[in-house]
Amino acid sequence: MRDIRLLQDPFVPGALVGPFTHANPGLGGVCTFVGEVRGDENVQALELTHYEPLTLPGMHDLADRAFDRFDLMGLLMVHRIGRMHPGEPIVCVSAAARHRRDAIDAVDFCMDHLKGAAWFWKREMRGGEWHWIEPREADYEDLARW
Amino acid sequence: MASPGESVTIVFLGPLAERAGTQRRLVSAPLDWSGLLGALEPALAEEVAGARVHVACSGKVLGDKTALDARAGDEIALLPPVSGG
Repeated sequence: MRDIRLLQDPFVPGALVGPFTHANPGLGGVCTFVGEVRGDENVQALELTHYEPLTLPGMHDLADRAFDRFDLMGLLMVHRIGRMHPGEPIVCVSAAARHRRDAIDAVDFCMDHLKGAAWFWKREMRGGEWHWIEPREADYEDLARW
Repeated sequence: MASPGESVTIVFLGPLAERAGTQRRLVSAPLDWSGLLGALEPALAEEVAGARVHVACSGKVLGDKTALDARAGDEIALLPPVSGG
């Protein structure tokens, strides 16, 4: 079961992960990561821009690579776009596999690539002003692990 | 300004949209690399020419952006580095 989506509106990860788990009968394990808007440094809002012709196709390519690389039964990859606030989920990746290592590693792999290589641009509002978020060295190091 | 049928659309992503003052701009087709740089303000052209900015044409990221060859109806996207964590 494969479910790759961009969402414009807030979502409840559990409402996606529950049905996803049931859609993969016979699995041995499910690993789920949920990323939320951090509430530090007086961040009032976060806005994610994407580019329609590249962003979702890029997520599908990433899913293909995860299926090639790990022994997966299912993969759920959901990413928010638009404006959100601290505490709101931005991303949810869930992998179902016969064995736990494939599920855990697939989620780690997808998250590193979503963070460091997917076509999203983020800006956050602090003190009433928008600030673009620049890539960090750590993001490239995370990618180099794979 | 060129009409959509005979033009190329330039799409500015992320911080580039702020610097361009717009998210998209129509320019006359065809458009190659030097034409693209010529269609941008000097500071923006310099940034786009730098190693950090990728260029996509019709939904494909170009391995060599200087080989750009956009025809009427094509959409060029200027892609600054993605934000990361």
